[in-house]
Amino acid sequence: MSAHAEEHEHFAGSNKLFISIWVWLIVLTLIEIFLAYKPMPLHFMLTILLGLSIIKAALIVAYFMHLKFERLSLILTIVPMLVVCICLLFAFFPDSFRSLGLRYQFKEAPPPAAEPSH
Amino acid sequence: MSTEARAARFPAADWDGGVLPYRVGHRKLGMWLFIVSDSLTFSALLIGYSYLRASNVWPTPFPFYPSIVFSSVMTFCLLSSSLTMVFGVSASSRGDHAAARKWILATIFFGLAFVGLHLIEWKHLIDEGMRPFSLPAEWLTRYAAPDGTLPSPLFGATFFTITGLHMFHVFTGTIYLAVVAARVRKLKHEDVEISGLYWHFVDLVWMFVFPLIYIMSVDVGAH
Repeated sequence: MSAHAEEHEHFAGSNKLFISIWVWLIVLTLIEIFLAYKPMPLHFMLTILLGLSIIKAALIVAYFMHLKFERLSLILTIVPMLVVCICLLFAFFPDSFRSLGLRYQFKEAPPPAAEPSH
Repeated sequence: MSTEARAARFPAADWDGGVLPYRVGHRKLGMWLFIVSDSLTFSALLIGYSYLRASNVWPTPFPFYPSIVFSSVMTFCLLSSSLTMVFGVSASSRGDHAAARKWILATIFFGLAFVGLHLIEWKHLIDEGMRPFSLPAEWLTRYAAPDGTLPSPLFGATFFTITGLHMFHVFTGTIYLAVVAARVRKLKHEDVEISGLYWHFVDLVWMFVFPLIYIMSVDVGAH
């Protein structure tokens, strides 16, 4: 099987590739920490952070978890449905923004749950 | 022509039976499916957190030290543990059991370092007065909105739930890896690879928890 041979070859001789992926992951993390201290609009920062996280996740899944070297049928079984399901969860967000305006706002005293702490 | 050979030439023949259609064993496919379902658990939690965050006045209380320093070092530990796990799987594919065991033990070390640092970080926050359903009194005034609206006490609930569940996954992973390291001579290579899949998944989840929980809650002194 050519796929099998390729897999073994890949595992045998590419520690250099894995180390470079690791370096990339560290660099992207450092960029994230740096961004935390840059004043910028919240949604702008959220977009950049999520973008970087998705790149990091893709690197981990593709190389460390080896999915890039698996059969296309396995990739197509696992990835698209996960992406669709996660996107469907975002359907709740309009309600979240709406309830910010509807919520009872605590202005005078701390919320009741704050008192009994044990 | 054998079924295997036919499947190699015509992908549709994969589904005729007699071959592994995904070219992975049933255990590895099972781990992938578990990972898919577990990613949905974490996605739901993180999106629930984002939902609450967008519909409330949210505190941003994490100082550079200890919170951000600790969480960055923890990120480094997890990323490095993924690298050592890759080396372990790679050694196992060459049939070098001793090296595989050594690398897996290094992975366990980084995993335990992560859990230890995280517990210290939790203790800092608990000592400061953070609880699952209440905030320290000084945060209430410090992070109140300009119109006087107080920050949401659900900060603690989301923080402890998400990081706690992740920490539980890391801890379970170290036990799993310890069993794999102990039995590495008896296990097939694919079984070592499967434990690696789980470990990388735990790392992957942290790649979302870290920016969404920690980086987005950095205290930049805006209020």
